[in-house]
Amino acid sequence: MFDLLSFSDQGWGNALLKGLWMTLQISAGAFAVGLLIGLVVACAKLSAPRPIALLMRGYTTLFRAVPELLLILLLYYAGSMGLNALMLWLGFAQVNISGPLVAILVLGLVQGAYASEIFRAAILAIPHGQIEAARAFGLSGFGLFRRVTLPIMAPYALAGMSNLWINLIKDSALISVVGTNELLYTAKQAAGSTRQYLLFYLAAAALYYLVTLASNYLSGRLERRIRRWMPVVE
Amino acid sequence: MPEWISYYAALIAKGLQTTLSLLVISALLGFALAVGVALARLSQRKWLARAALAYTSVLRGTPLLIQIYIFYYGLGSLFAQFPMIRGSFLWPFLRDGYWYIVFALVLSVGAYVGEVIRGGLLAVPKGEMEAASAFGMTPRQALLRVRLPRAMRLLLPTLAGETVMLLKSTALASTIAVVDLLGAANVVRAQTLQIYQPLLLVAGVYLCLTFLIEGVYAIAERRGTPLRRSVG
Repeated sequence: MFDLLSFSDQGWGNALLKGLWMTLQISAGAFAVGLLIGLVVACAKLSAPRPIALLMRGYTTLFRAVPELLLILLLYYAGSMGLNALMLWLGFAQVNISGPLVAILVLGLVQGAYASEIFRAAILAIPHGQIEAARAFGLSGFGLFRRVTLPIMAPYALAGMSNLWINLIKDSALISVVGTNELLYTAKQAAGSTRQYLLFYLAAAALYYLVTLASNYLSGRLERRIRRWMPVVE
Repeated sequence: MPEWISYYAALIAKGLQTTLSLLVISALLGFALAVGVALARLSQRKWLARAALAYTSVLRGTPLLIQIYIFYYGLGSLFAQFPMIRGSFLWPFLRDGYWYIVFALVLSVGAYVGEVIRGGLLAVPKGEMEAASAFGMTPRQALLRVRLPRAMRLLLPTLAGETVMLLKSTALASTIAVVDLLGAANVVRAQTLQIYQPLLLVAGVYLCLTFLIEGVYAIAERRGTPLRRSVG
């Protein structure tokens, strides 16, 4: 039974590893998208004009209150339909958007909502004197953000972001529902064609578990490393 | 209002009912399990604490969807092989995806909320436990009358978040052909060939449910905290 997991031609080992690689790629891409959205939205919530800040609050509430699976289905179908309509309107032929790209965008949008809350809290945790000092030095706008806000806020956001990364890996399994060949989808195919459901789902679960364990370990080390520079909180 | 909403209103209401029953059943059973897991994690017996740690680590380290597949397809197909199980009175339960979802959700609530409760139990000031034993309470009494209620009160905001997470997790029921709220939307989509409108509708329902949960917890917090002292 276990030779079904082997790396030979008959085994599914290679396919599962390929699925894992796709899962990691999707997660990494979505993490980057989420990071970017999170930063922009956090700044907008803190300092944009009121209507925009309200809009951003609405986005965060909405994306954190609705099930991820529903959001994925909604954005996947409505998003690809909308994009095709746009292309048609622009006079291009219909595009077939690649599954992984849509997955990255959809998961990134969900991540962005959570990340923006983490960044907002981290930015608020910066002692205000630091910002004042930076302004006194003549920094403002993006320069202030890049050279002062971002580096001071990053350690505060680290723990939350590593949690988010682990959640993201787990959420990426939901993408299998719309048929992108990541780890769970591959396991589903393997299980369906060999009828060994328990074996393949347990194998895929073990792979996910390894990834989250490794992520936990690495983020713990990173946190300890960065905490050396953090002031001791009384 | 589009015509399909009134046509499928009964189906969607049924889905809502399924979602709510999933939420309530797995919240209650899962909470009981979570208290057990938290106590096991804090137990003096090394093997028990370690077993509880392994349980939470695995359950929290793997996607819920795959756990559901393991139970439903993996164990389900295993059960189907034994005529003894097929003939037993349990079979109607073991055939229905609903109970697999409940099982998976209970286990996962046990793991996630167990960790939360463990933190809450640790956060109860030591002096209060000492006071309880000075009053002559047995350890069990002190736990049930002082430590747990205290921890619960501290944890209400976190538990609100966990309940919302649970609500969102119930949507995974639709992946194994249980017609919950999302499942109902998928049925409507398949029958009316609408791509996203039913999804939007149930997204609105989920949003309302989330606000409802948060409102209930906010009330509980106001009423359950007759006197708040800062512990310095």
